[in-house]
Parts: sequence; structure tokens; C-alpha cells
Amino acid sequence: MDLWFSELQTENVKLSIRVDRQIFSQQSEVQRIDVFESREFGRILSLDGHIMLTERDEYIYDEMITHVPMAVHKNAKNILVIGAGDGGVVRELTRYDRVESIDLVEMDPLVVEVCREYLPQNACRLDDPRVSLHYENGLKFLRKKENSYDLIIVDSNDPFGPQEGLFTKEFYGNCFKSLREDGIMVNQQGSPFYEEDARACKRSHKRIVSTFPISRVYQAHIPTYAAGYWLFGFASKKYHPVDDLDAASWSMLGLHTQYYTTKLHQGAFFLPAYLEEMLKSVE
Amino acid sequence: MEERNNQNRAPIYEALEEFRDARVVPFDVPGHKRGRGNRELAEFLGERCVSIDVNSMKPLDNLCHPISVIREAEILAAEAFGSANAFFMVGGTTSAVQSMVLSACKRGDKIILPRNVHRSVINALVLNGAIPVYVNPEVDQRLGISLGMRFSQVKEAIEQNPDAACVLVNNPTYYGICSDLKGIVKLAHDAGMLVLADEAHGTHFYFGKGLPISAMRSGADMSSVSMHKSGGSLTQSSFLLTGENVHPGHVRQVINLTQTTSGSYLLMSSLDISRRNLALHGKEIFEQVKFLAEYARGEINEIGGYYAFGKEIVDKEAIYDFDPTKLSVHTLDIGLAGIEVYDLLRDEYDIQIEFGDLGNILAYISIGDRIQEVERLVSALGEIERNFRKSKAGMLSQEYIPPDVVVSPQEAFYAKKESLPRRETLHRISSEFVMCYPPGIPILAPGERITQEILDYIAYAKEKGCSLTGPEDEDIDNLNVLK
Repeated sequence: MDLWFSELQTENVKLSIRVDRQIFSQQSEVQRIDVFESREFGRILSLDGHIMLTERDEYIYDEMITHVPMAVHKNAKNILVIGAGDGGVVRELTRYDRVESIDLVEMDPLVVEVCREYLPQNACRLDDPRVSLHYENGLKFLRKKENSYDLIIVDSNDPFGPQEGLFTKEFYGNCFKSLREDGIMVNQQGSPFYEEDARACKRSHKRIVSTFPISRVYQAHIPTYAAGYWLFGFASKKYHPVDDLDAASWSMLGLHTQYYTTKLHQGAFFLPAYLEEMLKSVE
Repeated sequence: MEERNNQNRAPIYEALEEFRDARVVPFDVPGHKRGRGNRELAEFLGERCVSIDVNSMKPLDNLCHPISVIREAEILAAEAFGSANAFFMVGGTTSAVQSMVLSACKRGDKIILPRNVHRSVINALVLNGAIPVYVNPEVDQRLGISLGMRFSQVKEAIEQNPDAACVLVNNPTYYGICSDLKGIVKLAHDAGMLVLADEAHGTHFYFGKGLPISAMRSGADMSSVSMHKSGGSLTQSSFLLTGENVHPGHVRQVINLTQTTSGSYLLMSSLDISRRNLALHGKEIFEQVKFLAEYARGEINEIGGYYAFGKEIVDKEAIYDFDPTKLSVHTLDIGLAGIEVYDLLRDEYDIQIEFGDLGNILAYISIGDRIQEVERLVSALGEIERNFRKSKAGMLSQEYIPPDVVVSPQEAFYAKKESLPRRETLHRISSEFVMCYPPGIPILAPGERITQEILDYIAYAKEKGCSLTGPEDEDIDNLNVLK
């Protein structure tokens, strides 16, 4: 069998992964959902032809979007996760005993169903009693919330797809309103390398900077995402992502991780020169 | 069943498809020859698009004198809208309105109309010299918007002007407010007058359920229908509909006075295809539009501070009926003029809405909208309320100033005039229009006396950032008045 799944990272660059077989394919009300089995990356979840996660490298994303804010905000107990119907972020969050509630807002019920069935490594903690699932539009869910969360994790996929609304100023404003006075919002900020991605990245950074008093960007290496290079946004009302990191107390929790360390945490905020310049241009 | 099936056809579209396949060699205009002579344009608009930008010819008929495919398409449109005749218009609904007015009255004739008409109506009076008899619409005190004409007001106007040639009615206004059209038709017909409807904002009345009555169903004689607004066709394409009492040959002659002899097939095919779509799927489409508008109204009203008004404002008088697909929001209670919210939505949230006036905004919900965009609009309004709310003190909402018509629009437009600084024009007679655009409803029209109220209103609208148009002097520092 010579079967390949390809994702166009730009019009002129593609990433191809040899696929053993296609396990699932269906068009939901919102998007087309596919699951592939591959030798190199294990199972792959694709939405509208874009790789959302692979079993092989999802831990990088899920650890970095979760442990960075959790190591800064030591009292984060009430947490909102938007998007992320695969459950990877929830899995990481449920490892903290101090977490009291996790609201998971996902617009597409079929994504959750598919991940429960085919990606148990990610979806394994969705039934934790602290987790409440809400199948709703993220913007709508947030409109009615005020001063309710310590941490909001925005795990939206594509700034040009059905979740475009999660990259807008009105969305970030609603996150601000829904967070407590020391709240943090973390979002995936895309890849800064290719031009179109860089534009989207700048746009959302600009909107976040105008909404939150503290706004920093950090990075991770994720092989199956565009250019293998991914950014996250750290926006906060009070805590600084590096100055307020309490490495010792995080280490005391004894959580075993594959990518995240408190040293890497600090290093992740030191960006390449071109990126510093790019972000500064919209600040 | 036969008739219903016909609506599956789109004769102009079909003829263009056939024409494209025939690969006819063009030694006629347009000179770009299917885009070959203008590569940049072809690339920008697309090969398929420029290849059907062609001239009138035998297989494609002629808009000035339709006998084959355009004629067939007009018959299908008339069937779909329930009119005796339908005319394809390519100069916007402005040209439909003007042809309608020019067909129904002439120099010296009176035309009864509400003052909150679109500028195109009064422009038509400049062209033909008819005399406007305005029925002053009431203003809703809370919302500051002009309403419909009361039945009793129209009755009075008809009784006082039994010699009037016709009555013109907005169905609905920009804000979705309807007059008692059926009642007015009966009154006017009993008095021997024609009824013209400006349905620039009413295309969907012909296809959706639970919407106000359409002009043709209410027995009106002519109607201008903006297919490109709620109907989904290309900008500038429109229908003029006529009833049994109007001679179609006369209307065609009037249209040909001002309409181009090179009608665009892009526009005509878009009318044809959109008519087919509405005839076949209009009911479901406008159910969805109604649902989105109602949903947005509920969510916006929950934010607090805003008032997105709906059917509850209907009083069977000046608000005889309301179009539930319209999403207008009153903003004054959060201390922001509608135009200010309009600017914030665009500048801060990348959301472009239809217009903002002094007290309200209007977001156009249509055939192309999806729930996720509606969520964005609602959330952005919530953010504006949270971040920009101000005291309500000093906000002006009055939108309607009764005009004092001294001479006919035509006489004023062509009279000897002089340009004066705005503040020196008090009590003089204007020779030009002043209006906020959109909505394009005149504050001042040619032939009307300039009052202090009008000058104050212009100054306030300018200060709030309304886009004022009409006068020769674009900054509106000077106005032309009669000598």
C-alpha cells in the first residue's frame, strides 16, 4: 500500500504522512472529520483536511498549553476550555488535584464522540466528575459569564475555519470579562513562519494586546504543525508568565511530563529576533 | 404544477451557457473580447465572469425590446412575484423607482408620498416636474425613527388632493416598518389614483411566510423591488413590477428614456438565477433569515442597554406591520449614537453593518448569513456596551423634520441660485438635497425652506460623523439656495 495523507501548509508546501488505513470519515454539521492510522505518527485526527493532532506528538501541544499557565497561577481551580473536543487538554488539567471544575465548550459533538471512540489516549478523562461538557458556540457561552474563571484555555483550530469567531477582539474581550481579577487566558497562536499564518498570528496578537494588560507569546516545536513551529499566547490580568513562575512548588506536585519542564517554561518565552520584531510591530 | 415547474428554468442563464459553448467569434463590442484584451481584469474577475460580459444579440435578446430569452425571463419573474408584468432593471432600484414615478405622473401632477422616501423618488420629481404632497410620518419618540403613513393621514391627503395622480408607499421603510398598504390601495383606487410601492427592502415579502403583505398581492399598481438586497442578485440589478392597470408598453418606453442600451448580462443573469432560487427555495431561505434575526434580537436585548425592536412595536396605525427579518437596534440608552456604534463595530471589531443613524443601527441579515457571524455581532455589541458605554445626557434622537415645500423640486433644481455659507441660509429656499447616506432619506430637498431645526440637525449629524451627501459642496459648509 502506498497511501499518503497530505496537508497543504501553504499553497506551495505540503506535509505528507504515509497512512496505513482510514479509520473514520464523516461530515458533521460543522466540518469534515477524518481519523487515519499511520506508522510514524499513530492515529491522526483531521478536521476539514487539517491535522488537529497525532498520537505521536499531541503531548507537546497539550502539555505546553496547560502546564505553563497552571505553573504560574497556583490557585487556578475553575477552568474553561474552549475547543479541544479531543480531550487532551482536559486530560492534563485533571492531573491537578486543586482543579475543582472544568467547563469544556466544543461546538461539534461529533468530534468528542469520534475521539472517545478512536483516540482514547486523549479522551480518557472526559468522564472525570469535575468536567462539564457544553456543546455550544464559544462566543455565545462566554457572553453570559462574568468573573467566573481563573484560567481560560482557548484551543481553537483554524483562524479561517468555522472557529474564526475565536480569534476576534470580541472573543478576547469576552474572555477578559469572564476571568477573575487574577485570571489568565492561554490560546494557540498558530505558526509564525509562513506568510499567511504570520498575518493571522499578528492579527490575533494585536487584539489580545489591546485587551489584556499582560500579553506574551511562547513557543514549542510540534512536528506535524505548519513549519513544525508553534506559538501560544499568554494573556493575563495580574501574573507575569516568567516572573511569577514558582518552579519549586510546581515540581513539588510531582507531575511527570514528556515535554514541559519549568526550565523550558522560561526558555519558551525567549523568541527569535524576527518574531520579536513582528510582534512588536503590532503592540 | 406546470407553472411551478417553469420556475426551474432560467432562460437568460441557459442562453448564456449555450452561447459560451458555441464559441462564437466576436467582432462586436465589448472590446475586451471575452477578457482577452484585458488580462488583469480577466484574472481579477475570473474567466467565466468576463466571458459572459457580452453584447445584446439575437440569441441573447435585447433589454430595450425583449422578444426572446429576456422576455421569457420577465414572464417567469412576473409569475414568481404575482404581477402582470416584470421588467429587468440594470440601473439599480433607483432606476426602477424613477421609471415607476415617471410612468405614473407628469409635470404639474401631484403625487402623495411619505417624506421618508429614498432620494431617488424626489430625484424623479426633479426630472418630471410633478409636485410632492407629503404625508408627514410620525416619529417614534423612543426610537427616533420615522414610521409609516397612518391610513387616516392618507385618507385626508387624498380628500384634500382629489386631483393627485398617484400615491407612493414604502413597503417597508429601511427599518422594516409597513403602512396599511391594502387599505391605502383601496382608498387610492376609489379615488382614481395609482399606487406605487418602493419595495427596495421588501423582495422577501413575495416568498417568505409570516411576513408583511407584498405590493402586488395588496393590489398596488407598480413596485420597485431590489433583488440585490434581500434577493441575492448582483448589486445594481432590480425588478420593476406592474399590475393589470398599467400599460406595459408605456412603462417600457419610459424605462428606455433613461436606461442603458447595453444592459449587462452579468446583472441580468444574476436576476434570472436569483428569481429561480427564490421561487424554488425562498420559503425556507427566509424562514432561516427570520430565525437568525429573531435570535439576534433576543440575544442583543439580553445584553442590556440596547433595544432591538421587533413585532411588539406594531400598533396597526403608523406601524401597521413590521418586517421581522430586519435587525435594527436602538443604541441611545448606552450613551452612543447609532453612527458611533456603527464606527466602533467596523474599526474595533471588523464588522461592517448597513448603517447607523443618530439613535439606531441596522444590521442587514440575509440569505448569505450564518449563525457564527451573528454570534460575533452580538458579542461585539456586548463588548461595546461594556467598554464604551457613556452617559445618555445630550444625545439627540429626533430624526424627522416636517418639510415646508415652497416650490416644486424641478423648479428649485433648475432655478437661479447662489451658494451661501450654511449658517447664512436660514429661511432661504434650498435648491439641493441634504441627507445622511445611508439611509438616503432627505433632511432637505430642492424647493424646501431651510429652518433653524434643519441647520441644527445638519451640524449635529456632522459632528457625530454621519456621512452627509447631496450638496455641490461636499463638506456641506455651503448650501445652494434660490436667488
